[in-house]
Amino acid sequence: MAPTTTVTVARGRSVLERSPGARLPDQVLRWGLTALAAAILALIVYFFIRLIGESHQALSQFGLSFVFGNDWDVSRNIYHGAPLVVGTLITSGIALIIGVPIAVATAVFINELCPRRLRAPLSILVDLLAAVPSVVYGLWGVFVLIPKLLPAEKWFASTFSFIPWIGGGTVTGPNYFIAGLILAIMILPIVSAISREVIATVPPENKEAALALGATRWEMIRIAVLPYARPGITGGVMLGLGRAIGETIAVVLVIGNAPVIGSHLFTQGYTLAAVIANEFGEAANTPIHSSALFAAGLVLFVLTLIVNIIARWFVAHGHRRPRAGDLDVVVEAQAATIGEIG
Amino acid sequence: MTLTRFPEVSARRRRKDKLMRGLLFLATGIALVPLVLVIYYLIYKGIGSWSKDFFTSDPNGNFLGYPGGIRSAIIGSLIIVGLATLISVPIGIGVALYLTEYGKESWYASVIRYFIDVMTGVPSIVFGLFIYIVLVLGHVGGGFTGWKGSIALSLLMLPIVARSAEVVLALVPSSLREAALALGAPRWRVVTRIVLPTAASGLTTGSLLAVARGMGETAPLLFTTAGAFALTANLTQQMNALPLQIFNDITSPRAVVVQRAWGAALTLVVLVLILNVIARLASRRSRLA
Repeated sequence: MAPTTTVTVARGRSVLERSPGARLPDQVLRWGLTALAAAILALIVYFFIRLIGESHQALSQFGLSFVFGNDWDVSRNIYHGAPLVVGTLITSGIALIIGVPIAVATAVFINELCPRRLRAPLSILVDLLAAVPSVVYGLWGVFVLIPKLLPAEKWFASTFSFIPWIGGGTVTGPNYFIAGLILAIMILPIVSAISREVIATVPPENKEAALALGATRWEMIRIAVLPYARPGITGGVMLGLGRAIGETIAVVLVIGNAPVIGSHLFTQGYTLAAVIANEFGEAANTPIHSSALFAAGLVLFVLTLIVNIIARWFVAHGHRRPRAGDLDVVVEAQAATIGEIG
Repeated sequence: MTLTRFPEVSARRRRKDKLMRGLLFLATGIALVPLVLVIYYLIYKGIGSWSKDFFTSDPNGNFLGYPGGIRSAIIGSLIIVGLATLISVPIGIGVALYLTEYGKESWYASVIRYFIDVMTGVPSIVFGLFIYIVLVLGHVGGGFTGWKGSIALSLLMLPIVARSAEVVLALVPSSLREAALALGAPRWRVVTRIVLPTAASGLTTGSLLAVARGMGETAPLLFTTAGAFALTANLTQQMNALPLQIFNDITSPRAVVVQRAWGAALTLVVLVLILNVIARLASRRSRLA
C-alpha cells in the first residue's frame, strides 16, 4: 500500500491552514501598525501645513524681505528678519568652529589612542554633556560664563581690534560669542558620538597597512582613519549644525535679544529660535506679530529640515572607498628616510 | 646572512607624531571641562537651597520673603512627562515593530524610516509651535493646559523611542522568529511572545533616554502648558514644570529667586542623571549583545 501523501481537505482548505478567524489578529496587527506609521506622517504634514497657514499673513505682507530685510521693529509692526537669520548663522558658525575640532579630536583619541579600559568611561562622560538640559546651560551661561569671561573678551577685543568683526566696539555681557560657545558645548556630544561610531568602522586592515608601511600613529590616523571616516563625520557635523540652529532656551538667555545685526562678535544679537521664545507672550494680541513669529518658526523648520536631509545623505553614503594615492604620503616619507640614510 | 636594517623614523616625523597625539589628548581634556564646571557650579550654588521646605512648598510669587519651593514644579514635570511617555512609548515601539517585522526594506518603510530620522532633527520649539497652533489657538479643551505640553513632548520623544527600538528589535535573531513560526505560531504571537520579551531591556533603555530628554525640555512647554505656581495634578489646567520654573526664575531680579533656580536646576539634573543611569543598567542586563 502506497503511503498517503494527500492532506485532508476540509471545506476547501488544508487542515494546516489557519481559519480566517484565527488569521484576523495577524491582519489587525499588520494593518494597524502600518496605519499608525501613516498617521504620524500625515499628522506632521498637517502640522506643517497649518504652520504655513499661520505664517501666511506675515510672509505675504513682507515677502522676501522677511528673510533678507534688515529691520525688525515691533513698535512699527515691521518684521524684516535678516538680524535673526544672520544671528542664527553667526552663532551656529561659532559653535561649529569651536565644537567640531574638539569633538572629532575627542572621538579620534577615544578610538585610537586611549587605553582600552578608559574607552567606555570617557565615552560616557562626553555623552553626559548631552544629558544636561538646555535651560541648565542657559542658567550656567548667564550667571557663570558671562561674568567670568567678560574680562577675557574685553582684553581680546581690544588687543585684536584691528581684525574686522572682532574688536573695535563695546563688549556686552550677553553676545554672539557666548551664545556660540554654549552651542559648541551642546553640539559636542552628538558630533563626537557620531564620529566615534564612524571611526570604529574603519577596517583594521587599512590601519595595519599604514602602520606596516612605517607610518607613525598620527600618520596612520591622517592617512587611514580620517579620510575613510570623513563622510560620516561630515554627516555628524551637519546634525550638530541642525541642533545649533534650532536651540532656543540656552540661546535666548545669553544672546541679549537685540533685533539688530551686531557690528562685531562681542555684541548683542538675536536668533530665529530666540525671537519666538522671547516675543511670544507680547505677540499674542497682535496678529501680524504672531504671524511673523510663526514665519520665523517656519524658516527655522525648513532650515533645519534641509540641514538634516544633507546630514542623512552624508551618513547614509557612509565611508569613502580608499583611493589609490592614500598611502603615497607614507611611501614618500619612507623614501625620504631611506634617502637620509642613503 | 645579514639583517636588513629598517630605516629609523626621522626625528621630524616623530616630533609631529608626539605633538599631534598631545593635541588630541588635550582636546579630550578640554571637552570634559564644561561638564566638570557645570556640575561643580550646580552643586556649589544649588545645594544650599535644598531643604525640606524647598521640596514641600510651592512657589508663591510674593515679592518679599521666602519665594517658596519647587514642589509643584517637580510634581508637574513628573505628570506631564509621564503622560508624554504613555503616548510616545507605545506608538514609537509600534512604529519600530512595523519597520522590523512588516515593512523591512519596502519603499513605504524606507519613507517612514527616513521621516523618523528627519523628525529627530526638528527643533523642539517647532513642536511647541505645532501644538500651539493646532490645540491652543484652536481652543481644543481650553487654552494652555498640561496635556497639550505632554503631546508636544511626546512628538519630540517619539522619534527617539522609535529609532532606538528599531535598532534593538533588529538585533532579535531571526532564528528565534523562524523557530516560532515553524512551530505554527501566528505572527502576532511571535511579536508579543518572542520579539518584544527578547528585546524588552533594550526597549526600556531607549524609552528611558527619551524620558530623560523630555524631562529637560523647556521650549515645547512654554507654548503649551505656560506654567503656574500652584500645585495641581489636573492636566486640563496650566501646570508648573521644572524647566519652566528655572526659565522664569533666571530672569528674576531677586537673588533668592535666582537661588531657587540653581536648586531647581540641580534637582532637574539629578533626575535626568538617575534616568540615564537606570537606562544604562537596563541595557547591561540585556539578553542581546
